[in-house]
Amino acid sequence: MSESKLGLYICTDCGIGDSLNVEDLQNAGKAKGAAVIKTNPFLCSQEGVQVIKDDINNEGVNKIVIAACSQRVNTDAFEFDPLKYVVERVNLREHVVWCQPPNTDETQAMGEDYIRLGVVRAMKSECPVPKITDINRDILVVGGGVTGLTAALEAAKAGSKVILTEKQAELGGWARKMHKVTPTKPPFTELEKPVIGNKIDEVNANDNIKVYTGTTIKSIAGEPGMYKATLDVNGSEETVEMGAVILATGWQPYDAAKLDNYGYGKIKNVITNVEMEELAAKGKLVRPSDGKDAKSVVFIQCAGQRDDKHVPYCSSVCCNVSLKQAMYVRESNPDAGAYIIYKDMRTPGLYENFYKAAQDDEGIFLAKGEFLGVEEAGDGSVLVEVDNQLLGKKVKIQADIVVLATGMVTSLMPEGFDVNNLTPEYVGNIVRKETQDGVIEEIEAVPTTLNLAYRQGPEMPHLNYGFPDSHFICFPYETRRTGIYAAGAVRHPMDSVQSAADAAGAALKAIQCLELTAQGKAVHPRSGDQTFPEFRLESCTQCRRCTVECPFGVLDEDEKGTPKEHPYRCRRCGTCMGACPQRIINFKNYSIDMISSMMKSVEIDDESEEPFIIGLICENDAYPALDMAGQNRIQYSPNFRFITLRCLGGTNLVWVADALSKGVDGILLIGCKYGDDYQCHFVKGSQMANERLGKVQETLDRLMLESDRIQQVQLGINEWDKLPEILNEFSDELKDLGPNPYKGF
Amino acid sequence: MAENKDILVIGGGISGLTTAIEAAEAGYNATIVERNPYLGGRVAQLFKYFPKLCPPYCGLEINFKRIKTNPRITFYTGAEVENIGGNEGDFTASVKVNARKVNEKCTACNACVEACPVERPNDFNFGMDTTKAIYLPHDLAFPMRYVIDSSVCKGSECNKCKEACKYDAIDLDMQDKAVEINVGSIVTATGWNPYDATKMDNLGFGKIKDVVTNMMMERLSAPNGPTKGAIKRPSDGKDVQSIAFVQCAGSRDENHLPYCSAICCMASLKQATYIREKNPESDVYIFYIDLRAPGKYEDFLNKIDADEKVKLIKGKVAKIEQDGDGVVVTAEDVIGGGKINQKVDMVVLAAGMESALKGSNLLSTIKTEESDFAVSEGQTEGIYAAGVASRPNDVTTSVQGATGAALKGIQSLVRRSE
Repeated sequence: MSESKLGLYICTDCGIGDSLNVEDLQNAGKAKGAAVIKTNPFLCSQEGVQVIKDDINNEGVNKIVIAACSQRVNTDAFEFDPLKYVVERVNLREHVVWCQPPNTDETQAMGEDYIRLGVVRAMKSECPVPKITDINRDILVVGGGVTGLTAALEAAKAGSKVILTEKQAELGGWARKMHKVTPTKPPFTELEKPVIGNKIDEVNANDNIKVYTGTTIKSIAGEPGMYKATLDVNGSEETVEMGAVILATGWQPYDAAKLDNYGYGKIKNVITNVEMEELAAKGKLVRPSDGKDAKSVVFIQCAGQRDDKHVPYCSSVCCNVSLKQAMYVRESNPDAGAYIIYKDMRTPGLYENFYKAAQDDEGIFLAKGEFLGVEEAGDGSVLVEVDNQLLGKKVKIQADIVVLATGMVTSLMPEGFDVNNLTPEYVGNIVRKETQDGVIEEIEAVPTTLNLAYRQGPEMPHLNYGFPDSHFICFPYETRRTGIYAAGAVRHPMDSVQSAADAAGAALKAIQCLELTAQGKAVHPRSGDQTFPEFRLESCTQCRRCTVECPFGVLDEDEKGTPKEHPYRCRRCGTCMGACPQRIINFKNYSIDMISSMMKSVEIDDESEEPFIIGLICENDAYPALDMAGQNRIQYSPNFRFITLRCLGGTNLVWVADALSKGVDGILLIGCKYGDDYQCHFVKGSQMANERLGKVQETLDRLMLESDRIQQVQLGINEWDKLPEILNEFSDELKDLGPNPYKGF
Repeated sequence: MAENKDILVIGGGISGLTTAIEAAEAGYNATIVERNPYLGGRVAQLFKYFPKLCPPYCGLEINFKRIKTNPRITFYTGAEVENIGGNEGDFTASVKVNARKVNEKCTACNACVEACPVERPNDFNFGMDTTKAIYLPHDLAFPMRYVIDSSVCKGSECNKCKEACKYDAIDLDMQDKAVEINVGSIVTATGWNPYDATKMDNLGFGKIKDVVTNMMMERLSAPNGPTKGAIKRPSDGKDVQSIAFVQCAGSRDENHLPYCSAICCMASLKQATYIREKNPESDVYIFYIDLRAPGKYEDFLNKIDADEKVKLIKGKVAKIEQDGDGVVVTAEDVIGGGKINQKVDMVVLAAGMESALKGSNLLSTIKTEESDFAVSEGQTEGIYAAGVASRPNDVTTSVQGATGAALKGIQSLVRRSE
């Protein structure tokens, strides 16, 4: 932007003009450099917006500050080309007049400060310059089981070119080993023939899918739209290029050798449900020990599952699998009986019909019970002792075969690791490293599948149990590696129907990521954002904070530790900006200097007995919560001035010094919940802010400034009713501490 | 003739929103038609999601932001698809847009509500409180625009709201509008309705005031609900100190919903945390057939099970009766043996999900199974189902399916232009 001219437009209605002295608002804006200032009684109307448009056309206004309602409403009315105009919304309605008594000095001071903050923000903001480059739109699908095959086909049908790799010599994965499959269509009672063969044929026949079997990934480097993978194709190296990756490597059975208390490995006729499929596929069901007809088969559900000593979670599919296998028993020999011992039968949705069909079979016996023990009988059969909770007594069942319903573990789990005892965030080993700060403990992540050439590790971060999930519930596909999407049982235990559905979703996300990347735009949650962080590397001290703290593994490092940018991996949260002690990371329209300047722009009454507080708030959840407080006309302390951040992760500690030296009495950070059930849209932003806060509090104590002057609270978007208590209490606490000793300097 | 490159999404709940937004961000135009005067559907009524116990508004807010910034998405609220004609690549949907009677000039200032003299039962809160005839559907409603309930509004003979509005935003003469939308493919994301609990005579709903449904429990717990988040009995406003959850109220029952609704176990476990947090002395009894907490949800089940004040009882409830100032739940105790008569302050029925396609005028185009969910195989070409329109599912699975449905919708458009 060559020359900037700022227009300030103040709306006087929705009660704004009745509560505030608008002339003084205008003066506050003028003093900060607004060149054109206008008021309007109905700014969001066509006539109101026309006033702004006329100023753009006739006066050359290119920075527009709209002092009216929340930035969350009237977004279409106040829409101007973001590449040409800086638009800043000052929320005089929800954040001032709707939550404060009208026409008081305090309310007026708030209003004027918000005008100052908005004008300074716009002054310090420039229009983004999008990065647009030619990109590669091909998709690499890793894994050739039901999920990978489906993902490849679905992406190809939408017009994409696909590279599909499979570790084994043949496509099909576990699905190829299935004798029959559970029902997929009404009436959901009949076993079906596997259709995986058709899918394999379809993939092989599709010109847009290039298949590599016997292939593993040696490395993946790059970023969305420009990845390069080195493949190991049956021992020889090959390089491919692609724009996005779908991780569809599926599951592995839990190691049954660990289930020796179930007799596995000791008693030949105790087998796993996976082995049962192989046995059934051979024809008539016979005992593995001696080939005799299997007349009685006992299924032990949750063998090692829902068990914190083995697999703490439920694998979701085993109830259906055992019902299916019980039907094999009955089909193989109409006189044979199948016994299913379960904790809870979990056949959700329409699978209930399947459960009912099994219940209707007089040869299938179902009982809620606890497995107690197993022993070999003399005739080669097995005695299973069960506490039958329906009968209320212990019983022994004689079985020719005992089938253990063992669970699913993600394929990302390295060999020798226990699913119930993994290092947090990255699966690996804890190592002790000598550094210049002494010996520190660090997780050394174990490469298994993708072998990403990323500074933060070779595989996807996990939430727990090794499953790569990060935005669980609302945005299940958003991983912490932009452009890499996980689907199927690799990310959550699921059956083949759900895996296929999941594959289609992941294919969409891969295509979408490439579409947005091609336009230089961000993906979720700041979809469409065209800004990028810019690094002033000549001042970098190689402290590595940005490369460590980025929640999305965007930054790599050179040998010295200088960050290497990968802009298309970036989600634009600004956590790197907050992390940098040298203040070298900034966006064109979001910078450390911008927020510092805003803090310095407010007018603090040195004589006031009331504390003056800066609130740094997350725009995604805290800001709307404050809006809701306003909408409900909930009143709270007028001592706060809120400054909106993209995420608290952007909080830079230099702001604390700026605010305190300006005479601000306290700073309150309001952001999303962190910890196990974090609500941060950028996964770790609010947590990072909190960790930084811990450091600054130490510094404050050293400066003999009470560390309580700076605090962080976690607030959900629907907790607006808690705001008065939170804000008033913090204000009271500061009042008790007395004024900031730097006040007035 | 040029093939149409747009996707119609029927339903603006979490599934429909997801389909439309994901398709739009992939470069295709999407139009949402939503029956309610707001977007967000069922999840907007939920206090929290399981298992993170996080507010649904949080994810909705991001989705609304994505809509606001994406010119490829169009939406109609208070609108219904009445008829669909044509074929893949060239469908025409006839849409009736009900007169909102409040136009785009509305600033959501609330002056109209203060002036309106008419009250109506608040359907967003299942009739447990009232709104005025002109109202904002809920706090975070998107679009943030008021609406008039024409069935109770007295119109221009009253005129009070119109007089109170400074912005000329109220148009009491506004008429319903017919709109034709031409699209290449259609995703139905019509979601679900709670099963009508009055149909289960033995469970007392509709006769005993302190028997409520699980969706009512969400509103009773929400800070913007009828009790401002205090869990009190409907009959006398007393704080609830003991509560029974009755699982499979309608679900897994040949006489009602033969299928399992997939979410109710987790929903009741979640609601147990609402009452345990708000009323720390309270006792919770959950009567179940099987506890279905699949996958990682097991951790959540374990967390609730560790609370000594929460009793998980395997047994189907036979009857619920008023007893003095309490309610008695009679159930068999499968594990302990015998019968249980548990007196509590309030009972929550885990009422199941019924497909909103049931009895819908969309059925002339959209094929459904006996269960009223859309068929997955043999559907009309170019038409797909997402979310609970296809299966009873939780939110995250619905979102997964809805993302995949966006791709299916796109494939139709790609196929037709080849």
